[in-house]
Amino acid sequence: MEEIAIQITNLKKQYKLGAIGGGTLTADLQSWWARKRGKADPNVQLGIDAEQFGKRFWALDGIDLSIRKGEAVGIIGANGAGKSTLLKILSRVTAPTEGEVKIKGRISSMLEVGTGFHGELTGRENIYMNGAILGMNKKEIEAKIEDIIEFSECREFIDTPVKRYSSGMYVKLAFAVAAHLDADILVMDEVLAVGDMKFQEKCLGKMGDGSASEGKTVLYVSHNMNTIRQLCTRCIVLERGKIIYDGETEQAIAIYMDRNTGDLRTRYDLSHAERPLLQPGKSVRLHSFEFLDKEHAVFDRKEKIRFKIEWSATENIPGLRIYFLIRFADSSVVGMTESEAFGDAEAGVRKTSYFEFDPAEFADGRYYFFADVFSMNESRAHLSYDHPYEKIYFEISSSNETGLVWQSKYWGHVRLNPIVCVEKN
Amino acid sequence: MSEQWTTIIKSNTKWFDINLKELFRYRDLIVLFVKRNYATRYKQTILGPLWLILNPLITVFLYSFVFGSIAGLSTDGVPQMAFYMASNAIWTYFAGCLTQTSDTFVANAAIYGKVYFPRLTTPISTVITGVLDLGIQIVMLVIIMAAYVVRGIHFELDYSVCFIPVLIIQVAILGLGCGIIISALTTKYRDLAVLAKFGVQLWMYASPVVYSVTQIPEEYRSLYLLNPMAPILTVFRHSFFGTGEIPWAAWGISWVVTAGVLVLGVVLFSKIEKTFMDTV
Repeated sequence: MEEIAIQITNLKKQYKLGAIGGGTLTADLQSWWARKRGKADPNVQLGIDAEQFGKRFWALDGIDLSIRKGEAVGIIGANGAGKSTLLKILSRVTAPTEGEVKIKGRISSMLEVGTGFHGELTGRENIYMNGAILGMNKKEIEAKIEDIIEFSECREFIDTPVKRYSSGMYVKLAFAVAAHLDADILVMDEVLAVGDMKFQEKCLGKMGDGSASEGKTVLYVSHNMNTIRQLCTRCIVLERGKIIYDGETEQAIAIYMDRNTGDLRTRYDLSHAERPLLQPGKSVRLHSFEFLDKEHAVFDRKEKIRFKIEWSATENIPGLRIYFLIRFADSSVVGMTESEAFGDAEAGVRKTSYFEFDPAEFADGRYYFFADVFSMNESRAHLSYDHPYEKIYFEISSSNETGLVWQSKYWGHVRLNPIVCVEKN
Repeated sequence: MSEQWTTIIKSNTKWFDINLKELFRYRDLIVLFVKRNYATRYKQTILGPLWLILNPLITVFLYSFVFGSIAGLSTDGVPQMAFYMASNAIWTYFAGCLTQTSDTFVANAAIYGKVYFPRLTTPISTVITGVLDLGIQIVMLVIIMAAYVVRGIHFELDYSVCFIPVLIIQVAILGLGCGIIISALTTKYRDLAVLAKFGVQLWMYASPVVYSVTQIPEEYRSLYLLNPMAPILTVFRHSFFGTGEIPWAAWGISWVVTAGVLVLGVVLFSKIEKTFMDTV
């Protein structure tokens, strides 16, 4: 029987909705006194459903999992599925509400690289500091320091305070320490999204080596399906605190993406969608987005995508434009497209605008984008007015005239224009 | 299965769950924290480590002027400068230990939220860091005393000099204990941190720092000495100047209180450290 490295039984974690306590003793006493007299709690934010407030929910709802030694396991799931909570419990940052985790071997977690780095300390001092925080002792670090410096590609600057480093160097140094941990189990949260491409490849390589040849167990959470594919031999899909799939990586990614894309509806009501915290949605507000002449948002690449938006404004702003940053369903960016100026905002007037977009260069697949209204100032910088956090999905499914099955995994999501021979012979 | 697990993570609600072995394994981290505290402390200051000398000097001059000359409080015949230097050295160490460890969780939330290591390493390293300041002040005290000796003033030193390290350890434990109790409570109520800083000031006047125990009327003195810092300060000055008596009984009680505070502190601290990320 293969050795078990991590055994999780019926793991649960509960959180309270809303703020926990008033934060000050007086606020708590106030709330308590108000409740005592049957009056409204003065510290509950208005607008929050009083029923919801103080309700508990299970961020993890009974996770059972066993991971064998040497496995590289990916964990995927939508935001709020419980991935981070699971990692936090495994790395002992917080304790579970119920259940237990048994771990065999030394566990090191990297929820962030460069934890404990101090700007005033030199690169070398920070290696010691960071290494010790991650659980190495002085002797272990000394034995590895040369490798770490070599790996970080920062040898020249190793005795310079890290506050003088470029952010890239900083991250490389931090990652170099993490990559040389002497742990049997590595818990990682999207930390690979750092450094330049070459360095990322190097890190993935190092991680892969660790799991394959040295028998290290790796647990890896990411939204980037490509790194999951590269690194993981087994993959778990979480949804609302439960495991909905556990097994082969490609299958898991397919399930996750299927769950995540919604129903390809044509109309999106954006009035109540969440916005970024800053001003967006104040001066110009998008009310709806609708794909026209379609029952589902599925298009052939030879068609034009027609859509309309309804919007209103509270200020007069000339020259509004829209842009979409289009991503593939696994969040990787495909490209960006923007409109010309389509209208002027007039305070208090609700307008409907119609658009057309040519998806000729899209490969088959599901894509999504967020709608964004902006204008350009004199120096051609974007001033964004509204950006509702509502993913708008569409699918490109083209009739296949050449017989070529597009392989996004290898060729990307863009079908470039064909090569044309000017002088056939 | 006869499996040997290295770590078991549970929803632990037991009161006594302190892993001293693990703390010991992370001793290198404590050393590194101390080094980091020193290395980063006086970066981008004008006078740098000179503050270590200036700070107590100014305080002692001020005490001599306000409490010695204006208020005319007795120093038991000890030269004012020496008396206040001794009191100030041990008191500022205590106050420093207490206030600097009292915001452990809130100040380190960012790093605690990302990686696990025994949380006690941070307050312990803070307390060790403070020893340097204390050492410098003791050296200054010895220099001041030497200056007085040259001018013909005698200090009666006896075996009680050996108590100085014991006292320093006790102060460190007491300060650490109080500090981590407050740090555990401030994860929920931030205003306790303010209260702690203010409370330390009040505590100073309730302790024989700027005056001597002999100023307290005889009938209240045994009550007064229940303040754990009162016998500590008295014994500390006795060790240097040979003045007064060692209040053995009160010092014994002070040790009991110190030990109690430490145990309570460590228990509270390890209870809070498991879930504080959910409340901070």
